[in-house]
Parts: sequence; structure tokens; C-alpha cells
Amino acid sequence: MTTPESGEMAEYGEGRTGTSELEPAQPVGDPIPDPGPAPPAERMTDIDLKAEQRVERQVASMFGLASLLILAFLVAFVIFPLTTDDGGAVDVGAVRVSNVALGVTLGLALVLIGLGAIHWARKLMTSKMVIHERHQLRSTDDVRAETLADFELGTAESTFGRRKMIRNSLIGAMALLPLPAVFLLRDLGPAPGGVKKNTLWDTGVRVVHDRTFAPIRPSELQVGSLVVAMPENFEELPHEGPERINQRAKSPVFLIRIDPDDLRIEEGRENWQVDGILCYSKICTHVGCPITLYESDTHHMLCPCHQSTFNLADAGEVIFGPAARPLPQLPLAVDEEGYLIAQSDFVDPVGPSFWEMNT
Amino acid sequence: MSAVVNAAGKVVSWVDDRTTTNNWLRRNLRKAFPDHWSFLLGEIALFSFIVVLLTGVFLTLWFKPSMAHVVYDGSYAPLREVEMSEAFASTLQLSFDVRGGLLMRQVHHWSALIFISAMSVHMLRIFFTGAFRKPRELNWVVGVLLLFFGTMNGFTGYSLPDDLVSGTGMRIIEGGMLAIPVVGTYLSSLLFGGEFPGDDAIPRLYVIHVLLVPGVIIALVTIHLMLIWYQKHTHWAGPGRDDSNVQGYPLFPIYTAKSGGFFFVVFGVSVLMGGLMQILPVWLFGPYDPSVVSAGTQPDWYIGFLDGALRVMPAWEFYIAGYPISMSVLIPSVILPGIIMVPLLLYPWLEQWITGDKREHHVLDRPRNMPVRTGIGTAFITFYLLLWISGGNDFVAIIFGVPVQWITRFMQVSLIVLPPLVFWVTKRICLGMQRRDREKVLHGAESGVVAVSPEGEYSEVHTPLSPQKAYTLTAHKRQQPIELGPETDEHGIPAPRRGRSKIRARLSKAYFGDVIQKPTREELELAQHDGHHGKQNGHQDDETPADDNDDSTHRE
Repeated sequence: MTTPESGEMAEYGEGRTGTSELEPAQPVGDPIPDPGPAPPAERMTDIDLKAEQRVERQVASMFGLASLLILAFLVAFVIFPLTTDDGGAVDVGAVRVSNVALGVTLGLALVLIGLGAIHWARKLMTSKMVIHERHQLRSTDDVRAETLADFELGTAESTFGRRKMIRNSLIGAMALLPLPAVFLLRDLGPAPGGVKKNTLWDTGVRVVHDRTFAPIRPSELQVGSLVVAMPENFEELPHEGPERINQRAKSPVFLIRIDPDDLRIEEGRENWQVDGILCYSKICTHVGCPITLYESDTHHMLCPCHQSTFNLADAGEVIFGPAARPLPQLPLAVDEEGYLIAQSDFVDPVGPSFWEMNT
Repeated sequence: MSAVVNAAGKVVSWVDDRTTTNNWLRRNLRKAFPDHWSFLLGEIALFSFIVVLLTGVFLTLWFKPSMAHVVYDGSYAPLREVEMSEAFASTLQLSFDVRGGLLMRQVHHWSALIFISAMSVHMLRIFFTGAFRKPRELNWVVGVLLLFFGTMNGFTGYSLPDDLVSGTGMRIIEGGMLAIPVVGTYLSSLLFGGEFPGDDAIPRLYVIHVLLVPGVIIALVTIHLMLIWYQKHTHWAGPGRDDSNVQGYPLFPIYTAKSGGFFFVVFGVSVLMGGLMQILPVWLFGPYDPSVVSAGTQPDWYIGFLDGALRVMPAWEFYIAGYPISMSVLIPSVILPGIIMVPLLLYPWLEQWITGDKREHHVLDRPRNMPVRTGIGTAFITFYLLLWISGGNDFVAIIFGVPVQWITRFMQVSLIVLPPLVFWVTKRICLGMQRRDREKVLHGAESGVVAVSPEGEYSEVHTPLSPQKAYTLTAHKRQQPIELGPETDEHGIPAPRRGRSKIRARLSKAYFGDVIQKPTREELELAQHDGHHGKQNGHQDDETPADDNDDSTHRE
């Protein structure tokens, strides 16, 4: 890359030299003539030797102090260990001390080097303001015409325009060339299929506590209480591989018990509850955050991410916020040992809406 | 010649013998760089990007971009025996077992935030001063792309540690992808290698974060700087400055020392922030568990406006033949970024079309002299800030002690009402400032001294402006709306593309129709000669200029 000739240079006091090809955007001096560049203000350091010496000392002190701080950084690195006890456990307090010591010494050293250089440039360097002419960025008409002629000549010599068979077959090959790249990326992930619609829940799967995996009896739940739960077959999933965490992202549910007088039961869901115990998906139907904030006296469940609010006493209907679908409800029953189980998988898709969810 | 110059000269000669470097050096060593504080904003962006690169390289030496399952047994006792990914475990190792590791992580995060902040403010500076006008339209586009890629890289970096908040962020992105009609589910499956979260996302985001996007950013930054260099920097209007020259201090030594020094200041401030200000203590959040979320977590600031849009968008979903169209997700996460990016990229050409101004510009506009552009800018800032505040509507609700639903409703109304209002107010303020400038040029500045004339009239004494100041205030060009030509020419042939011309004339009138024009030379002479027969009542005379219109009789 080259720049055009920088043209005449001028310093203050010499006035404008040379003429630029660039037309000013308006007639110069409309309505007030350009008085020309003002002479630079004199600096204290230009006229007062003491001031000059003082600034010199200041700059040198900044650089000197920076050296000391860099050495202090090295010392801090060595004398502040992160682990303090014998078990090799880290002490967060010690980490903070080390972090502050390293950050302050290195940070101040860098700032002082920078300020020293700026101070030096502003107060002691003797450069004067310069004025350069700008030049029109476009090439001259001659150059443009010659370029076009060269291009025409080259095109003619290549016979590209004349030999249509070559041209078209090349265009065809180039048009196909991106396809291998697209195909190569195909195996980044499997076709989604129906897998997004299925969770671990199935007929007879017990509802268990989400950490202890203990099965749950209806009597454990008081009116107003909330229990976060998982399907019992989650525990058997291997710890290696993605299956376990994927299920963690779509199978979590929570149980609540609501006074049956407060409940509005949707048609077709009469037998989905066990004495006022209801089970809903924990995954918000907006963009999939796990919802957590339960207000037991209103039976409202609020998602902390975007504040979609669902009325659990009213079939999980959305009463506020950006979510468009009610929280999916899991049909509950009790097995012969008296533990809560699912009647089936979710009937409605869990989590955010997706294209194939109703197919 | 000094010894230093001699030694350097030998090296330069060696290189020049082989590459003709001196041709370039000769032209550029003393290149003029204009001085103004607002020109430093872009430098902050550049320098903080260098800091991001340096600290980022350090982090890669320890970080393991892997979602493989491990049981933590490292030195941070509270998380021992906890199951997590290797990515999170290596983040803990970086923070607690590597001296300076936590510092580098925090400096990396802080300087990334500074990078995006500086780019944003720099872009506003370019917008409000019209520095995007010809010949700098291309560099405007490069700059907008840089902001886009910077934001993208910020987000991918935020996702890498695989802690609770970064996982929640990814989950929201997945929800946004799923809302895209037809291909959304496929896109999500391709990114996550199947279902969310899978075990492929972090290695993939890592290579995007450390190789692909930084490569694009470095390429764009190079183009950006080469264009700035080649086209020379803009400067503010002032005595001796116009579109045909550039006034400033020489690259070597002044600019070298000042900018070099400024790099160290930016670097140092980032390191001080990393040392003194904690950012995202991931060890307190713990590893990602998709069934858990902590209330009140916030994304990095530059994602806040998108999260805010997700929060205030009313529920809206409909079905076409059973297929869902989730507008309440699609609008904030896909359509909104599009309707911000596209007009932003095209703005230089939109304005050029409306104003019909195709000349080269190197003198910056004062924002007041372009009231409509300035109004558009402040309206956009208002819209953005409202979305951004909406991203923290739960915090706002806590601060004001009101239900979060009130805040959301308030924001929904404000987003529609406030930007047009701010546009109108800004435009009025700009016109007022233009009027004031005009008064100052015509009659001088108010001195605060009130004088009584022999006739007993009170008036304020006005101090005439210095020629330098008056020139600066009137250096901008006159702005005239495009006139709509006659319907037919003299032969009765209809003008071509009449509808287009009409729209353009109307827009141009909206743009320039009510700007306050700077005084003409005649107006100026009239006002000045009024001043001659009594400086004390110069202002008052302006209201009744009719009786001494005859210029020649009073001229001295």
C-alpha cells in the first residue's frame, strides 16, 4: 500500500503553500474569510528552563517508578502463594491478595509508562503543528481510461467472452463448488427427528427427588409446597456422554399441591392430579430457562430469565410475559406401593416451541 | 547525525536496499495526525483489542475446551466431588492454581467489555460528526462489521467456561435458534451436535472464539487502519482547516509517543480493573446444570439489549398448518438485530441519496448543524437504552420497589413513545443552538454588561467574536433541500422517475427544510455596520433594520 505524495508541508507562520486539487466544499470565506492558522500557544516549558527541568524530572520519575513496580510485581508473584493449608486446598482470600497485588503493580507500571510518554510528548517534544494538502482520492481520467482499456484488452486476449462453452462450463463448476462444503458440514449434528418431543417420562416411571432420587409419596407434599423432581430412570443414565445432561435439560419437573377448591381442572385432565398434587415441566416454554420462582398463595410460577408467569392452578396458562404456550403438565398417578408415578410421557412438547413440534 | 540515527539508518538502508521502504517512510514519518479527544475513542478500541489478544493467548495455555465429564478434585475445596465438564474444571484451575491466572481471566473479560464499549462510542462519534460521508463510507461498513463480530466473539467467550450463567446464556440462544422457521431445529442440532447441550458445543465455540472470529476481526481492523491512513484523518473546522488540507502533529515523534503512551494507559487501566474489580466469579455459580438457574443473573452489557427485547416482547405465537411461528422469540432475537444492522450499514448511502451530497468531506460536522441526523442518533440511543434497561427490569423493579410487571409495561409503552419524542426534542435543541451561533456571528457574544445610552435606553453590550471563532462557526456549508423540478420540461415531456424524485424532495425537505442558515456576507455586513454607530445597542438595532438599509451612506 502506498500513499499519494504528501504534497507540500507547511508549518505555522509559513502560511498556506501549494494548491490542492480538492475543491473546498464551499467557496472559501462564506461569509467570513479564513484568517489562517493561529500561531501555537507558547508552553511554559519553552520559555522557562526551570519548568522544563521539572517536567524532565517528572517524566523520568514516572519511568523510574514503573521499573520499581515491575520488580514489585515479580516479588508479589513469589511471596503470595495461592495454597495455604496442608491439604493443598486453595484459600480464596489468598487468591484475592495475590490478584490485587499482581494487578495493582503491573497495572500502575503500565499506566506510568504511558503517562510518562504522553507527558514527554506534550511538554518537551518540540515538533510544530504541520499542515498537509489532501489530494483527490480518485485517479485521473487518463489513468481510469487506460485501466479500462487494459481490462478490455485482457478480456479480448483471454477470449473469455467469445468462447461461450468454456465460460459456461467454468461458471457451472464454480457454482457447484460450494456444495461439498455444505455437505461436509452436514454431520455436525443428526437430523432432529422426533427426539425433541420425547423425554424420559413414560407409563409407570416414578417421580423422584432431583438430587437424592428418592421416590415421593403424596403425603410428603403439603398445600403450598413445591418439590423439584426427576424421572427415576434418569439415575441409571451413564455419567459419561451427553445423554445425561441432555435429559437434565428437558425432563425436570416440579410437584406442587394446591387446595382442590382453588383448582380449575382442564377438560381431559380430570385424572392427571393426585389429591391436588400437580406435576409440571420445569422448562419454560419461552426460550427454555428452568423456572423457579413460585408464589404459593397465588399459584403463580415465574421464570427468572424473562418473567413469563404461569398460573399453575389454571392448567399452567400464561398470565404474563413473552411465553406463548402453557407449561406442559405431566399426568400423575400412584403405584401399588403408594409412590407417585407418571401415567405417560408429556402430551405437549416440553421447552421452547420448535418447527416440528406438532408433527 | 546522532549515533542512534546512524545505527537506525543502517538497518533502514539494509531493508530499503531490498524493499524500497524509504519511499514510504519518507512520505509517512511526518504524516499529520489531527488532535481531538474524540479521536481517541477508536484508539481505545484498538488497544483494548490488543490487550484481549495478549491475555487470550495466555488463557489458551491452560483452558481445556472440552465438555468431557470429570469429578472435580482440584484445589478449590467447596466444589470437590462435584461433577462438571473439563472446561469448567480447567477454568477453576486457571483461577486457583495458576498464579496470575485469575488476573489474566479478569483482564481478558474487562478489556473485552472495554473493546465493545469503545467501538460503540466511537461509532456514535463517527455518526454524529458525519465522518462516515464520502470518501469514508467503506470504513463505516467495516466498523459496523467490527462491532458485530466483536459482539459475537464476546458472546462465544462468555459461553466457554461452562459455568451456570454461561450455560443459561447458551440455552437462551438455543431457544432463539429454535424459533427460526423451517431450519431452526436443524441449526440447533448442527451447533450442539444433537440435542442441547450435548458435548460438542464448547469445542466448536472455542475454535470460533480463538481462531475464526479473531481472524476476521484482525483482517477488518487492518483494512480499517489502512483506509484511515490512506484517506488521512478528518479534522474539525477551524482557522486554516478545510476539506483540502489536514492539520495536526507529525506521526514521528509526537503521535508515536502519544499513541504509544496511550496504549500503555489503556493496558494499565485494564490490568488495574482485573486486579481490583471482580468479574463473573464462576466458582460461586458452579458448573452448568440445565435444570438450575440463579435469579438475577445478567449477560454481558452488550447482550443486554437483546435480553431486554426478549423480556418486553408481548407473547405472540401463531401456527401455519400446525407449524409454529414464535414471533415473541423471533422478533427480539432475529428480526430486531436485522432491523438494526441493515439500516446502520446503509446509512451513509441513505443520507447521501436524501441530501444529494456526493462531494468528498474531510471537515467534521458539528452535530447541531445536522439536526435531523442528530435527532435520529439520539432516538436510536434512546431505543437502545430502553431495551438495555429492560434487560435488567428485575433489578429496576427492586430499586423502585414496584412489581416487575409494571416496569415491563412501562418499557413497552416507552419504546414506542420516547424515541420519536427524543428525536423531536433533539431537533429543537439543535435548531436553538444554530440560532444562537447565528446570533453570535452577527452580533457577537453576550458580555453580561448592560449599558445606558444618552437617550436612556438600556441594552446589553455584545463583544464581537474573534475572526478565528467566527470563521469556525460559519465554516460548514449551506444546506438547501433538493428542489423538485417542473413536472414537464419545456417541450412538455414528463420528467423521468417522478415518484422517486417526489419522495426524495420530500425527505430532503424534512432533512434540511428548517435548518437555520448561517448568515450571508450581506447580512453580516449589515449587522456589523449597525454595530459601528453604537456598540452598546447593536442587538436592539437588529430588530429594526429597515430605516438604515442604505449601506453606502454609513460605510466608513
